[in-house]
Amino acid sequence: MQLLFESLFNGVAIGSVLLVAALGLAIVFGLMGVINLAHGELIMLGAYTTYVVQLIFKLPALQPVYNLYVLVAIPIAFITSGVVGILLERTVIRRLYGSPLETLLATWGVSLILQQFVRSVPLAQAAGVVLALVLGFSLPLVLPQDLLQGPRSRWVRAGSWGVSALAGVLFGSVLASQISKIARATSRNVDVTAPKWMRGGIEFMDLTFPVPRLVIIVITILAVVGVTWFLNRSVWGMRIRAVTQNREMSDCLGIPTDTVDVLTFGIGSGLAGIAGVAVSLLGSVGPNVGTSYIVGCFMVVVLGGVGNLLGTVIASFAIGLLTDLIGAGRLLTIWPDMPAPLESTVQFFATTSMAQVLVFALIVVFLQFRPAGLFPQKGRMVEA
Amino acid sequence: MEQLEIRALNTYYGESHILRDVDLTVNSGEMVCLIGRNGVGKTTLLKSIIGLLKPRSGQINFAEQCLDRQPPHQRARAGVGYVPQGREIIPQLTVEENLLLGLEARPGGMGRQKRIDPFVYELFPILRDFLPRKGGDLSGGQQQQLAIARALMGKPSLLLLDEPTEGIQPNIVQDIEQAVRRIIREQGISVLLVEQHLHFVRQADRYYAMQRGGIVASGPTTELSQDVVEKFLSV
Repeated sequence: MQLLFESLFNGVAIGSVLLVAALGLAIVFGLMGVINLAHGELIMLGAYTTYVVQLIFKLPALQPVYNLYVLVAIPIAFITSGVVGILLERTVIRRLYGSPLETLLATWGVSLILQQFVRSVPLAQAAGVVLALVLGFSLPLVLPQDLLQGPRSRWVRAGSWGVSALAGVLFGSVLASQISKIARATSRNVDVTAPKWMRGGIEFMDLTFPVPRLVIIVITILAVVGVTWFLNRSVWGMRIRAVTQNREMSDCLGIPTDTVDVLTFGIGSGLAGIAGVAVSLLGSVGPNVGTSYIVGCFMVVVLGGVGNLLGTVIASFAIGLLTDLIGAGRLLTIWPDMPAPLESTVQFFATTSMAQVLVFALIVVFLQFRPAGLFPQKGRMVEA
Repeated sequence: MEQLEIRALNTYYGESHILRDVDLTVNSGEMVCLIGRNGVGKTTLLKSIIGLLKPRSGQINFAEQCLDRQPPHQRARAGVGYVPQGREIIPQLTVEENLLLGLEARPGGMGRQKRIDPFVYELFPILRDFLPRKGGDLSGGQQQQLAIARALMGKPSLLLLDEPTEGIQPNIVQDIEQAVRRIIREQGISVLLVEQHLHFVRQADRYYAMQRGGIVASGPTTELSQDVVEKFLSV
């Protein structure tokens, strides 16, 4: 019984990290069909955001509410990765819709640029850049319409970007002067320390559930519920579903497809930011943290059936459980007197990385038989 | 009054010249039919009007507005409803959701408008029974009805119909014909129709005949002689 619970919990924990990381990709790749290799780096940005937010909360003024920094980091990471994603969509991906190979190469390039960016730009300045982008994109939405439509619209737009840039530079220098840790560029890994309430574990029926894992599971559940509600119940969700299924006709019906693209990509990227918060709670954060997640994310989306959220959920938990079952050598515990050759095989795969190798190999085999994944799209129009 | 006015329109697919100096007008409340054999550019003309194709030269004026530079969704909001060849129903959305998408052409879009106009159920009663079904699971005829109903949800002042009776069983063809006539009569919408069925063509007020990308004949349908019919309709 205890064994069952323990392995179930571990499996769900591994699965929820995979799921929260893959959720954004399920939208960007699954719904929009954009192969975004920079998705891992958007996760990395979310993790770095958590680190910076944590340091800001260590400042004397915010010290009393330090314990709440994780809650604040989640929306900020969403916005940070979302805005970088929107910038990526507007400048690069928009020009490459319909050419997957070029998108793949371009986004791979972007992922390298982002990795080098966090190595060679001080985090304080990077935070300033993000603030400038957020302001620059959101000011035109707040300013009165007649100012933007008027004869001086070009000057108004340029001016709002100027103000945003100035605010970014100021914010960056203030951060740099206040927090010495992020004033200089570094390529070393950094560590996010969990607040006090997140350390240790909760004892339940002779079992210890580590709190950070519980927090990640909760974040994942909220993210999945939020995304499902948004896509299926909200007006913009319906527009997104329409555009992803038939772009030209949606355009002809009066749906502003450009806006829908920006929004979809922004939300997918923002979810990568939330995944970054989760990732930062598990281990140290470095420029390469995204690369270690990107393959798993694509695996989950493909295994679940491209464009199917439920499939993504089930696939990530299946992979999580399987990884735990193999990686922790649980088969040996279940069946102690296994024949010797089998036992050594199980032993061989009983490490985290070897378990991953085996799971990915199994997925490859599985896809030979069901190329469209667990839950392929059905219906009359699928072939067309 | 002129609702739609097209002047000297030239459209290309890559380097191949499809529409050659097309001039066409549709007056308000009028039904105009575009006839011609396969591959003469009828669909291309409709796609140029809604904005899916960018003409290389020429002008499209709609309700005294120049549409040349506007993307399709703005043309839809200006009042052009489009029912494409092949229906183009959004497959994974339900019939109800497909209908609601039609509201996007109205001011404020789906955010402000939420009600499905009962008029579309009067026109096509079958849609009401299929509301929770996936649009992609309907038969061809049902999809055609859905596509017309969806376009009507946007309260267009001009409806572009691309071969609405193509590949559809005869009794539904009749339903669709009647529905289109009723739309014109009751809502005062102008219709630009591409059609092969002679019976349906005769319902129109005027016709334009196309050949090799240009308009070669036009006039009231009452003057549509047997000669013209044999030359331009693949009967």
